[in-house]
Amino acid sequence: MSTTAEQAAPQSGANAGFGAALLDPDIAIPGGITDADGDAAPKRFGVYRNNVVVGLMEAMKSAFPSVATIMGEDNFLRVARNFIASHPPRSPMMQAYGQEFPQFLGKFPPLRSAPYLVDVAVAERAFLDAWHAADRPVLDGAELGGFSPEDTLALRFVPHPATSVTVSNHPVFDLFAFRYGRPESGADLQKAQGLLITRPGLEVLVTLLNIDQARFLSALAAGESLGDAAGTMLAENSNFDMAEAFSTAISTGMFLPISQTNGE
Amino acid sequence: MQTILEANLPKARFEQRPIPARAGVGLKHEHIADILETGADVGFFEVHAENYMGAGGMPHAQLLAVREQYPLSLHGVGMSIGGERPIDKDHLARFRKLAQYYKPGLVSEHLAWSTHDDVFYNDLLPVPYTSDALNRIVAHVDEVQNALGRQMLIENPSTYVTFAQSTWSEVEFMAEIARRSGCGLLFDVNNVFVSATNHGYSPRDYILAYPLNLVQQIHLAGHAADIDDKGRALLIDAHDREVCDDVWDLYRLVLSQTGALPSLIEWDNDVPSWPVLLAEAERADTILGRNVKTPTRHQNVYAAVQ
Repeated sequence: MSTTAEQAAPQSGANAGFGAALLDPDIAIPGGITDADGDAAPKRFGVYRNNVVVGLMEAMKSAFPSVATIMGEDNFLRVARNFIASHPPRSPMMQAYGQEFPQFLGKFPPLRSAPYLVDVAVAERAFLDAWHAADRPVLDGAELGGFSPEDTLALRFVPHPATSVTVSNHPVFDLFAFRYGRPESGADLQKAQGLLITRPGLEVLVTLLNIDQARFLSALAAGESLGDAAGTMLAENSNFDMAEAFSTAISTGMFLPISQTNGE
Repeated sequence: MQTILEANLPKARFEQRPIPARAGVGLKHEHIADILETGADVGFFEVHAENYMGAGGMPHAQLLAVREQYPLSLHGVGMSIGGERPIDKDHLARFRKLAQYYKPGLVSEHLAWSTHDDVFYNDLLPVPYTSDALNRIVAHVDEVQNALGRQMLIENPSTYVTFAQSTWSEVEFMAEIARRSGCGLLFDVNNVFVSATNHGYSPRDYILAYPLNLVQQIHLAGHAADIDDKGRALLIDAHDREVCDDVWDLYRLVLSQTGALPSLIEWDNDVPSWPVLLAEAERADTILGRNVKTPTRHQNVYAAVQ
């Protein structure tokens, strides 16, 4: 058994001070952490600092390659450094890291002039979530053949776990594509685009939507009936092509099969 | 995001497949096509458990394909066994589900901490060798082994600093963890060389004092070289290059004491092409082939205490 003194030790444990000094170089290295001679060794402690901070910055860069390309790597790493200090990982599942990054970008004063970064980061995070989402079958259009037109309009669909729709005031699809290389022409920041992320198999699909399509599919994903969602769109834009938008949803595997969603 | 606890994975009826006393390789997704297409002659593959804690998609599809062909070893890097706080129950549940599904031949973790309060530092951080830490670590290993219903291996660390409050030697500390928890040991020969260089002791003496009869698996990796505050060599456990000759020599020394053991090549950064990595595994296999004497019977104290 441990002694009383030892049992008291966790309250005055070393992890808190060690951890705080890892993320903030202005916090002093706790006493008693030395080289083998018993001498203070900031360079040695610096190996841990470097592993942690550089490792997390690399993780951010690989999770948000489009944002990094748009901002430029140096700028991105400066922003990521700020994010890491205020939002360190809360789980050993590093593939989940960065959920708060879009919000952080939106509130980061130096980036007020680049509001489009928020939507790109949302889409990048959704892309990663889709990559790791559960394997489920997707709705096959043939399944809808058994419904009358009235019944079809009353249908509500359940999104596949990989599905996400981004409705943006910015060219979110064109900017998302920066991860594959910065286009010479840049991006037309006046454009508004929607973006649909799905995963009908193992590969994640990223599909360009116009704004009306994005709002419509977003309403379906939120559980509105086909008829209600279409009615809202048609009230605003009599030229809205519901069939085309819905066909995109089916061909990309946006929903779970109806037969599998009864009772959900 | 969804985790393996919400997975809808296909029914896998794997039998637990023992890890052979051969060279294995840390699995990298960029090598999977090469491995499966060539039917690579490798004893086993090892994965970091955390990389497969998502619910589905490509990572599990790839791991399933590899698992169908090869024995698998599951190596955790985020359990924070050495931490001051209790084991993260969600993380343990995910680890358990992963181990139940893939039925790895070996399960291992590190003598290190990575989480404090709810911050995960994403690194293997050093533990002071005190009796208090020992009690905590034994309790954590016990908790994980009970949750998994099987013995786990604990790996010796590579370290860059020492703690003034340490009262145990690392060798005695590792031996005592194993003795009290019934865990086995994973012996990282590169970590021995890195720590011995960094702290100025003999890696051979360390190896000869180590409880090698409890070792069930070996890790081999490359390291980077830097200098410390006083201008002395400071080795960094970078896993970014070939295993160095000194470490191969120490590996031979270990095998001369233990007989052939499953031996993993770890190469996690600046990952090379598959043939380069395979050549490292073949080098380990060649050395293993010269140590074909009957391997030491592994003491499984965990089985005895259940």
